[in-house]
Amino acid sequence: MRLEVDICKTLRSGGRSFVLEATFASRDDLTVIFGPSGSGKSLAVQSIAGLVRPDSGRIVVGGELLFDDSQGTNLPTRERNMGYLFQDYALFPHLTVRENIAYPLKKTWYFGLLPGQRQEVEEIMAAFEISHLAESLPSELSGGQRQRVALARALIKKPSILLLDEPFSALDSMLRHRMRMELLEIRQKFAVPLVVITHDPADVEVFGDTLVVFENGGVKEVSRRTHQPETADANIWRQKVCWRAK
Amino acid sequence: MPDLSPLWLTLRVACFATLIAFGFAVAFAWITARLTFWGRDLLDAILTLPLVMPPTVLGYYLIVVWGRNGWLGGWLYEHLGIILMFTWQGAVLAATVVAFPLLFKSARAAFEGVDSEYEKAARILGDTEIQLFFRITLPLAARGLAAGTMLAFARAMGDFGATLMVAGNIQGRTQTVSMAVFDAVQVGDYQLANTLVVIMSLVCITILVMTNKLTARRQGGTRQ
Repeated sequence: MRLEVDICKTLRSGGRSFVLEATFASRDDLTVIFGPSGSGKSLAVQSIAGLVRPDSGRIVVGGELLFDDSQGTNLPTRERNMGYLFQDYALFPHLTVRENIAYPLKKTWYFGLLPGQRQEVEEIMAAFEISHLAESLPSELSGGQRQRVALARALIKKPSILLLDEPFSALDSMLRHRMRMELLEIRQKFAVPLVVITHDPADVEVFGDTLVVFENGGVKEVSRRTHQPETADANIWRQKVCWRAK
Repeated sequence: MPDLSPLWLTLRVACFATLIAFGFAVAFAWITARLTFWGRDLLDAILTLPLVMPPTVLGYYLIVVWGRNGWLGGWLYEHLGIILMFTWQGAVLAATVVAFPLLFKSARAAFEGVDSEYEKAARILGDTEIQLFFRITLPLAARGLAAGTMLAFARAMGDFGATLMVAGNIQGRTQTVSMAVFDAVQVGDYQLANTLVVIMSLVCITILVMTNKLTARRQGGTRQ
């Protein structure tokens, strides 16, 4: 997956302003955007998703031009085919787990799902081991369960890339290690490239094939891991980082 | 058996007024809650004005605008032959205007209470702005809207001043419960006054209890 970002965005609130000038590229399927709070990493990823319109620049994902102000291109968010895992998961509180997961498939409230779509929902719930929670509301779920539901919802339409905004920050430290492992398995199973925003160095170890370091609204450094684990056996180093998951 | 026709007229007027106010209030509430533009606070103040203005002053404004020689009323009469003054439709107009701010304020608070993360999530999951309004924003704001609708209905039922100015107090045509109670007391018909007062009080208490329940459930609701 090729990801190219070269954008500028100025935010103003009251008398203060924040300038984001982000330029980076990645050709790995695991990219980590790392930096302290307020460094602009969420703003950059929201720009990739189309939730924020940059003032100028260009965004290309997987060879598709999503934004280019010089050409007047700005693909609407709904047409970018992206998965996005929000920090608090943003599960719709008035819908059950099944309805949340089926949400991207069902485009009207008066027609039900087609039989094939219903099957898809059941299969993805089984893959995430959440079938028994199908009729529960998000408020009745634990942190880990909510994350699985949010991932299932994000992946059901087979997005071209999955953006994760501090995906483990709402979890306790033991669960965090387990969910890292699960996320790696999910990436392999669904063959989807991940871009992970984090300020946790452990996430960098696990997901940082390409590491983009943000500081004060700019990219301070872009680096690639020198020893890429290519086979399943070579994932030992990742398992070491996540040893508590065992 | 006392004449209960003012009660049916009141219910009809209040139902129509609430329905019309609901449409306008939801639209303006969404605009002021979700869009940032110059003059937003001024627009909010103008829309809230009927809440604090004396009803007779409000009625006078309505006559100026909707009267047979008014800005809009004149046009209606000339082109469509419609006269709103001293008709039950005029009472609906007055009740709509007095009820509107209660619905508008409740709806705006309800929309502002919907976490924008849900709307962002819906956009990413493929929704258009209209789809996400009906599938996410409206259902999540529903309790606040329902509470505002009930308050607006109660206010529309109880209006006196503005309705009197616009629709008058014509027995059997524009006389609502508030005016019937006033007339009954003036002529010493306390049986009618008592009956109407008891019925109106029961309706208002029921509405307030339901509104409180809705508001309480919203505060302890399922929002994450």
